[in-house]
Amino acid sequence: MKIKNLTTSFRVLDDYYAAVDNVTLTVNKNEVLAIVGESGSGKSALAFSIMGLHNRAKIEGTLDFKGQNIAKYSQGKLNKLRGKEMAMIFQDSLSALNPLMIVGAQIDEALLLHNSSMSKKDRKVRVIDFLSKVGIPRPEKTYEQYPHELSGGMRQRVVIAMAIANQPELLIADEPTTALDVTIQAQILDLIKDLKDDMRAGIILITHDLGVVAEMADRVAVMYAGQIVEIADVYSLFSSPQHPYTRSLLNSLPNSAETKTKLHVIQGVVPPLHKMPREGCRFRHRIPWIDESSHEENPELHEIKPGHFVRCTCYKDFYFPDKHKEASGNGAT
Amino acid sequence: MALLEVKDLKVHFPIRGGIFNTVVDQVKAVDGVNFSIEPGQTYGLVGESGSGKTTTGRAVIGLNKITSGDVLFEGHNLAKGGRKSHLNVRKDIQMIFQDPYSSLNPKKRVADIVAEPLRNFEKLTKKEERVRVEELMELVGLSTEAIFKYPHEFSGGQRQRIGIARAIALKPKLIIADEPVSALDVSVQAQVLNFMQEIQKELGLTYLFISHDLGIVRHICDHIGIMYKGRYVEQGASEDIFTNPQHIYTKRLVSAIPDLDPNRRESLTVKRQQAKKDFDELSDKFFDEEGLPYPLKPISDSHLVALPEKG
Ligand SMILES: Nc1ncnc2c1ncn2[C@@H]1O[C@H](COP(=O)(O)OP(=O)(O)OP(=O)(O)O)[C@@H](O)[C@H]1O
Ligand SMILES: Nc1ncnc2c1ncn2[C@@H]1O[C@H](COP(=O)(O)OP(=O)(O)OP(=O)(O)O)[C@@H](O)[C@H]1O
Ligand code: SF4
Ligand SMILES: [Mg+2]
Ligand SMILES: [Mg+2]
Repeated sequence: MKIKNLTTSFRVLDDYYAAVDNVTLTVNKNEVLAIVGESGSGKSALAFSIMGLHNRAKIEGTLDFKGQNIAKYSQGKLNKLRGKEMAMIFQDSLSALNPLMIVGAQIDEALLLHNSSMSKKDRKVRVIDFLSKVGIPRPEKTYEQYPHELSGGMRQRVVIAMAIANQPELLIADEPTTALDVTIQAQILDLIKDLKDDMRAGIILITHDLGVVAEMADRVAVMYAGQIVEIADVYSLFSSPQHPYTRSLLNSLPNSAETKTKLHVIQGVVPPLHKMPREGCRFRHRIPWIDESSHEENPELHEIKPGHFVRCTCYKDFYFPDKHKEASGNGAT
Repeated sequence: MALLEVKDLKVHFPIRGGIFNTVVDQVKAVDGVNFSIEPGQTYGLVGESGSGKTTTGRAVIGLNKITSGDVLFEGHNLAKGGRKSHLNVRKDIQMIFQDPYSSLNPKKRVADIVAEPLRNFEKLTKKEERVRVEELMELVGLSTEAIFKYPHEFSGGQRQRIGIARAIALKPKLIIADEPVSALDVSVQAQVLNFMQEIQKELGLTYLFISHDLGIVRHICDHIGIMYKGRYVEQGASEDIFTNPQHIYTKRLVSAIPDLDPNRRESLTVKRQQAKKDFDELSDKFFDEEGLPYPLKPISDSHLVALPEKG
């Protein structure tokens, strides 16, 4: 999948505002591309745009999937792709399931869509097998249950089973494990890895859990306010993060070596769409201690090393005020 | 003396059924839990989903009926006598809820939300109440104008602060925090965790911190209890649990924590597979015939593990 200059705009009040702003990204076969960023940075909007699931938004740019521009596809044509060649695990699992249908029948329906030759009995065996693969303890029982009879974590696993049932070539997983405890999370992540290793699938993994990213991703794109601010292979991103935003995110995590310390807090919040600054760097107001003159006017993505792109020019001079104080003794606040 | 001591706590929920709607079975949500928390400490309660963490917290604060066992708060047994008889003690224990989006009444203004416990327990004039609410808002780092707003006008982190302001309004001694940051972004998470640690020092608070994020638990907890199917499998100082886990379930839990260094991926996968294999193979030894953990046995001054009689 090659995403080129994708812009997704929503109508807020009387105007359109871009939640995804001119994003260019490639996901290869046999690759996990992670997308990280705070709440509201546009990760889900990007995922929905790729799947063609935004009906109210204005979408520009091209989505090249195996040589075809699917941005131009009709919903009918997209329906043939979705669920088979490309599938998505939704952040909100409850809304992804039909409340009036037992979950077994829902996964069966997904299977049938693309395996019309399979017998009913074989499909049932297959569905139960998938339910047990995603860690559901009594799959035969769960097969017969309605979504509301399951806990949040169980529902999430059903949605995952449904998405991988047809072994898609492109899987978009939007916060797939946020609702799950760590042992189940590890199991689900293994399944996603299998899909990549066995089927050579391309995977877009959206999450704000940087631990999951460190474990799963081949490459990582950091998104802030609708834009990609940094993209690199996973090793470079964690060993030498460059953009002030990436560094701030990594810095805010608890670290096992220092307990009970104060964690770094990124000042302020992601501005709502209609208040987003459209000129200059969007992260600027959250690092107010950096001198205005060291920022660039309209930062573009620069390739600082093969495959490592940063939308920043001041990154070399960037510092955190508290660390700076310790280092130089003069208090920058 | 421990601030809170929980002894052989059991909370069973009846399952009703049949034509007469009689009790046909029990969910043993909490089934014999023991722990105690020293004043000023943070005690972490972790475990798989459905293991009874929330039920334990709710039982301590009196939101779940206790089937049997004792809950001693500064020596008062909260499990005995009705709710009313412990009214004075009740205001010393408050709870922060998991979801900052649904735990605040959307129809009430912040001033009313924060003042609610004050109205229940203290008779203040309108003016005194206003002063107290404003003090609380300042304490949690929100502007005093914010009291006229409604919850939806705040971000997740700000809403969680409003929940905290409400919880500390009566100057409690113990706060039960049930997944207080799970629904929040990393940066907001950091903000709320820092803040909880600050007011802990300032007000001398004690926390019962329920979470399934072991990275966070490690960061802020002094002692940790690990629950599995309504019981404890292990308890110890933070160090004991993270550097020297003994029970197969704890080992599995600890090995499942994602690591921030991508270079350790392979070694972690190996470790994790080994922990899973041990868990599957040694289940018979570590759990009784019903698949439940054994009672805890001390293996050091601070460290207890659920091991069978024979050792
Ligand atoms: N259908 C919509 N109409 C209007 N605005 C929208 C719509 N969907 C998303 N937005 C806005 O677009 C921005 C990006 O939202 P998005 O859901 O993509 O964030 P996200 O990165 O997925 O966040 P989270 O981590 O909370 O899921 C937000 O400001 C959001 O309010
Ligand atoms: N009011 C109730 N009636 C019947 N069963 C209940 C009730 N409350 C909880 N349970 C059951 O008790 C068990 C423990 O639930 P509890 O909410 O304490 O788990 P938890 O450890 O907090 O899990 P999670 O991490 O998912 O929040 C579960 O099996 C749950 O279904
Ligand atoms: S150099 Fe540019 S991208 Fe980097 S922080 Fe400054 S304004 Fe933002
Ligand atoms: Mg999202
Ligand atoms: Mg709970």
